[in-house]
Amino acid sequence: MRPAGTAIRFDDVTLGYGRRPAVHHLAGTIAPGSLTAIVGPNGAGKSTLLKGVVGTLAPLQGAISLSEGMRTRIAYLPQAADLDRSFPISVYDLVAMGLWSRSGLFGGIGRRDWARIEEALAAVGLTGFERRPIGTLSGGQMQRALFARLLLQDASLILLDEPFTAIDTKTTADLLDLVRRWHDEARTVVAVLHDLDVVRRVFPETLLIAREPVAWGETGTVLHPANLLKARRMIEAHDPHAASCDKGAA
Amino acid sequence: MLDALLTPFTEFEFMRRALVGTIAIAVGGAPVGVFLMLRRMSLTGDAMAHAILPGAAVGYLVAGLSLPAMTAGGLVAGMIVAVLAGLVARFTDLKEDASLAAFYLLSLALGVTIVSLRGSNVDLLHVLFGTVLALDDAALVLIAAIATVTLLALALLYRPLVLECVDPTFLRSVSRAGTPTHLAFLGLVVLNLVGGFHALGTLLAVGLMMLPAAAARFWCADITLMTAAATLIGILSGYAGLLLSYHWELPAGPAVILTAGGIYVLSLTLGPQGGLVWLARPGRHLEA
Repeated sequence: MRPAGTAIRFDDVTLGYGRRPAVHHLAGTIAPGSLTAIVGPNGAGKSTLLKGVVGTLAPLQGAISLSEGMRTRIAYLPQAADLDRSFPISVYDLVAMGLWSRSGLFGGIGRRDWARIEEALAAVGLTGFERRPIGTLSGGQMQRALFARLLLQDASLILLDEPFTAIDTKTTADLLDLVRRWHDEARTVVAVLHDLDVVRRVFPETLLIAREPVAWGETGTVLHPANLLKARRMIEAHDPHAASCDKGAA
Repeated sequence: MLDALLTPFTEFEFMRRALVGTIAIAVGGAPVGVFLMLRRMSLTGDAMAHAILPGAAVGYLVAGLSLPAMTAGGLVAGMIVAVLAGLVARFTDLKEDASLAAFYLLSLALGVTIVSLRGSNVDLLHVLFGTVLALDDAALVLIAAIATVTLLALALLYRPLVLECVDPTFLRSVSRAGTPTHLAFLGLVVLNLVGGFHALGTLLAVGLMMLPAAAARFWCADITLMTAAATLIGILSGYAGLLLSYHWELPAGPAVILTAGGIYVLSLTLGPQGGLVWLARPGRHLEA
């Protein structure tokens, strides 16, 4: 059972850096409780699109609107989080940051929260790692810890940017179980991915993007070879003489 | 022996005052220094210390060696530079170190020029290196008040401050507290430098901030303990430095900073968290 309606609406959105578009004229919606993969070649604007949804990057044109209450309940895992791994803090404290939405700046965390932190650590298989400094974790263990933090964030919209890049198959499988669990709990999940097998197996919906949206909808249809070929032809060259884009201009 | 350790302080009031002053500076400054270090802003602290000089110098020009005038001048100049540098680093691509290096030289030259316009070389030395052995009541109250405000503010800011260091993207995704926290923290840095400046001068004020922090990093792997260790090291440096200056007739301010420097070198060598001795003799590798 999924609530009908729209979780995220893209109204002719163009996102970019300077005046250069990275996502060009995207329109469409993501339903609440849906599980969507974003795929496309490097430089296709996948990460940019997530930044637009989180709100750290304002659209050059168009608008991204989130449904009521969604804006404050986003959990975002950036690609290769710019996390200072030399910072002297324990795995436990890193994961506990996920409680921010309930504790805020000054609120305390109590006995029940400790239990939730332990639960989250157990769910990602990091029980026993509580006191370890984060600098001692391997890449896969760090990703597990960040997923535990996502669990605690208890968000209704979860955005993952290449969460399984450079992660081994065992860890990927474990973390994919969490993604499925979020889907079963009717949370809206959007993930940027490269492994099309994983997308076909786990993600019902897919957005194939190559700066311009190429195809969007049911995964089997979207990942048709003809679409993939089209996406691959995307021009990555930087055109110094690009003219102003008039599309959608009033 | 005990005599040599205590008599200077029981005998002379100026030594007691100096001790109280340095302890207060260490209590406020060391935790701030730990955060500066963890945010990779150690040199920012140094540059800020220089930025205070022209402000204090203008205060001196107007009112002579007056505590309120020089404090106010230093605070204003420090805050202006802190906010400007902070905003520039936040909203442009220019790296903070580049603009701060320019600020630092400019401020030092400007400050020395202003002091020389009116004062003697003695006054200049006073401003540059402080007068830890001549702290009056007003100066002590000021330093102690700054330490108190600092501890209270750090207690309030602790969570966003730590988060901003570890994972700024995450903080930005859950809260807007990042920028205000950063600015408030820079304010604390300026405040502590102005407090330290009366005792140790603009050039050495940053010493009781950064040296204990850098030394503590070699002893603790957890930020809470690191902060406590830095504070202890700062207090110890103040006490031992004043003793050394008394017995060997060394200038007091530099003696305090030299002691802190000595503890830093000792920690660098022996500290269990990556000290040189442990790097050189790691022992056999473990089974698992």
